[in-house]
Amino acid sequence: MIASLRLPTGGLIDRARPLQFTFDGRNHSGFAGDTIASALLSNGVRIVGRSFKLHRARGIVGAAYEDAGVLVNRVSPRNATNQSPTTTLVEDGANYRSINAWPSAKFDVGAIAQAFAPLLPAGFYYKTFMRPSWHLFEPFIRHAAGLGRVPAADTWQPASENRYGHADVLVVGAGPAGLMAALTAARAGFKVMLVDDAAWPGGRLVDDGVMLNDRPATAWVQDVIVELRSMPKVRVMSRATVWGYHEHNLLTVIERDPPDARGLHFRHWKLRAKRVVIATGAIERSIPFADNDRPGIMQAAAVGTYLGRYGVLCGRKAVVFTNTDSGLAVALRLRAAGAEVTLVDPRPEPMASLLDTNVATVRGQVIAAHGGRRLSGVTIKDGSGAERRHDCDLAAVSGGWNPAIHLASQSRDAVVRWDEARATFVAEPRGTGFIIAGAANAHYGTAACLSDGLRAGQVCVTALGGGTTDVVPPRAADEDTSVGQGIWAVAPRNRHAKIFVDLANDVTTADLGLAVREGFDSIELVKRYTTAGMGVDQGKTGNTNVIGFIAALKGEGPASVGTTTFRPPFAPVEFGAIAGTRGGARLYPWRQTPLADWHVANGAVMYEAGLRWQRPGYYRRAGETFQQAAQREARTVRDAVGVYDGTPLGRFLFRGQGVPELLDLLYVNDFASLKAGRGRYGLMLTEDGLILDDGVTFRLNSSTWLLHSSTGAAERVLQHIELVLNVHRPDLDASVVPVTTAWANATLCGPKARDVLAALRPDFDCGPSALPFMALREGKLGDIPVRVCRVSWTGELSFEINTSPLHAVDMWQRIIVAGKPFGIAPIGSEANHILRIEAGYISTGHEVDGTADVIDLGLGAMISKNKRDFIGKRSMDLRRAGDPVRPELVGLLPLDPNESVPEGAPVTPLGAQADQEGFVSACVQSPARGRIISLGLLRNGRARMGETVHARVYDRIIPMQVVAPVFHDADRKRVKS
Amino acid sequence: MLLIECPWCGTRPEGEFVCVGEAHPARPADPNALSDAAWADYVVMRENRRGLHDERWWHVRGCGSWLLVRRDTTTHAIEYVKMIGKAAQ
Repeated sequence: MIASLRLPTGGLIDRARPLQFTFDGRNHSGFAGDTIASALLSNGVRIVGRSFKLHRARGIVGAAYEDAGVLVNRVSPRNATNQSPTTTLVEDGANYRSINAWPSAKFDVGAIAQAFAPLLPAGFYYKTFMRPSWHLFEPFIRHAAGLGRVPAADTWQPASENRYGHADVLVVGAGPAGLMAALTAARAGFKVMLVDDAAWPGGRLVDDGVMLNDRPATAWVQDVIVELRSMPKVRVMSRATVWGYHEHNLLTVIERDPPDARGLHFRHWKLRAKRVVIATGAIERSIPFADNDRPGIMQAAAVGTYLGRYGVLCGRKAVVFTNTDSGLAVALRLRAAGAEVTLVDPRPEPMASLLDTNVATVRGQVIAAHGGRRLSGVTIKDGSGAERRHDCDLAAVSGGWNPAIHLASQSRDAVVRWDEARATFVAEPRGTGFIIAGAANAHYGTAACLSDGLRAGQVCVTALGGGTTDVVPPRAADEDTSVGQGIWAVAPRNRHAKIFVDLANDVTTADLGLAVREGFDSIELVKRYTTAGMGVDQGKTGNTNVIGFIAALKGEGPASVGTTTFRPPFAPVEFGAIAGTRGGARLYPWRQTPLADWHVANGAVMYEAGLRWQRPGYYRRAGETFQQAAQREARTVRDAVGVYDGTPLGRFLFRGQGVPELLDLLYVNDFASLKAGRGRYGLMLTEDGLILDDGVTFRLNSSTWLLHSSTGAAERVLQHIELVLNVHRPDLDASVVPVTTAWANATLCGPKARDVLAALRPDFDCGPSALPFMALREGKLGDIPVRVCRVSWTGELSFEINTSPLHAVDMWQRIIVAGKPFGIAPIGSEANHILRIEAGYISTGHEVDGTADVIDLGLGAMISKNKRDFIGKRSMDLRRAGDPVRPELVGLLPLDPNESVPEGAPVTPLGAQADQEGFVSACVQSPARGRIISLGLLRNGRARMGETVHARVYDRIIPMQVVAPVFHDADRKRVKS
Repeated sequence: MLLIECPWCGTRPEGEFVCVGEAHPARPADPNALSDAAWADYVVMRENRRGLHDERWWHVRGCGSWLLVRRDTTTHAIEYVKMIGKAAQ
């Protein structure tokens, strides 16, 4: 049992509120305010998980989002996978488990992978598991390498909400620079948002135990926060991470457990700011050496954070390996907290801060770590070349600082360049949207960060038209702030040693060397070949070392190697938080017709008809299967009369003297000649000569027209027409208005449709000569005003009865009552599908598949002989000239009349595994023919009537006879009756 | 998400608009007068320029105007927005 590593005093945790939790089944204690990581460290838990690929033991490395070590699962309460232990607060009574380890992180069976480690270099999977197929091996590899187990679908879901926010100045990061910037802008009267990802603001002021105005910095931070919170135009957020900097100063923020909304787990913000101050600080980089992943090797700054923020001493016998003054300060703080400390610093110059302290100092380097599963010691090589082993339980490493330029780079409005003097990549704004301040701007040291934050705040104030403010930075002690040159990796004694440059993905210097030797030497290729920088931390700690190491291998500088692209998210974000309450119909609402309630009350099973419109698929009656219901409904239409809800059909009203010319440009056929009160079926192409949509257009009077589109194509069709009207022919006197939802529809279809219409007491003659096929009539049915169109999509006599949505339910119920003596039944889209295939009518999404043209579908006779031009004509002619043998619409009858063919099944010569010569576009059981019928497109199909062709399905070959693509009422007598 | 300054409605978020692609030349008055190659160029070839790029946007969830937007594809900076088509007349 290891004694607690919690110091008796210090830190911002609430020592009055102790809490209990378990990790891998063992009991541990902590305090409110602890992260999972700080609580585990205080209990002496070193091994927290196993590495992604090699199953090596791993512990806590960092103290915030930069930790590249491990993730944990929260098993209960509220199962949650892949929690970052360094950013997730520990909960009282919670049970956590390690991931990628079985049975536990300490004793992991998968650790056998380490024995094969020499066999698992970069690119191993690509090279080894390609034959016969990656998919054969993938499940095994995914199981062995990976992250947490996904919870079952019915487990707890976090509560999330979405908010929009607007700010004059958005300050990202509440460290010394961010606090000063926020205070400056707020005192100038601007609307300020200050967003910080930690539980307590202050950043490194708190982490490093800094003194300001001769008091602990926490006092000054508290004063600033209290002042900011007292201002009505200021919002301060803690535990909120800005994860994306998008176009035009839109920033996305995830706020965890917002204190103003109990029970809410995530609040996802979209913030639009006039100015952004990026005060995100810097991320400490490591100095990689042999076996530098042993649990107990940590970032020096993180060791400082655990001291300053959580009162946790990460080890009692420490080695601090640093080439920065900040690492040196950590050594002094560890010593002051009671640890035995050895400082290893390769820099030659004397270090003033070390005078009068009893910290043993070696000018040299740590070249290797020791210990099987946890750190037991390191080998130190001094300036003379002598090596000695030194026992320790903690190695704190500082190899310099990388400004957190991620957000600046994501904005796409920054130049990222290598700064040789400061040995780091820095970002410089190109525009005025943001200002970088403090350590993010490569200004190190408290005083420098405070004054740079003040400058940034003042720049915002001036840019937004404010005056000067009275903000004075607090007094900070002088600090050493020198940063040594980068040490990208320490040369090992043993060339087989593993030197990790990316802990998250188990990438070593050997992998980088292999990538360069094999020619993957651009940094973007190195990343993809080795996966360096593609792990959970996205290269926050390792990327600069990778770049530096590659540069050294190539004999170049980091400047010419450059960085990979920074992309959102900056830190992992739960998808559920982004979605918030927007799921299903709340994300994309259903469109309902006025008749929806009637349909559902009468047994309808609702389908999506396109563009989120809901329509009955079929009306279920007791004891019926869905196939039986669809067959019954289709037979009712053929034998008597059916009625369906055609409300969702797209409708567009055109006005103007130029409409005939517009329609002649839009359609393949002639429309200018159409007379008032009559309609015509038209085909509309896109400019590439393929079919966009079909539908019937009526001329209401000399200058007013009504165009119908397919339900699902309505938006595409409107955009196409708008483009023609606004871009190609703005000279035409024509306008278009979508009127789909201005009308409700009930369509009567079947041989007794006219009898039902007559029973509805029309005030007009609905006989075949007064209201013939493709005619339109306005009038009344009883007292309901209607517009009746003679159009058919079922192959039967049909009347589309359109009325105001206000009358829809009344009219529909009258139809049902009036139709009862004639055997009427409501029908759904399943029956519609059967009826249109029997009639041989094409459908968008089936036969109109984006590759077929008008002639392919047997509708070539519709193409106007009089028009020199219409949209798509030139391209259609061009395509057909180059490719005269085309797929053509045919009927296909399986030789076995009961054998159904899946829609989309390819047709190949004799069903062989060969290039397809067509496909089955639709297949149903036909009540009219009493057998299976189908439509399809077949190469040169119209010349192949009577031939037997073969559909190739997974497990069998289906022979089919080629026939004409119409199975009912071929001469259209019933339609025109 | 871009902010687009519609000349009619003012500054509005991108979600109110539809981008209808590059502002390539308007449709030739007589397509049959073009060579096959010239016609194919008109139908399929686009500049897809890196940097300043002219695009057509439709304010479909706003006033319905058609707009010509000159946008820098590397920074998203919008140089100008002009009304075109029916609304510009």
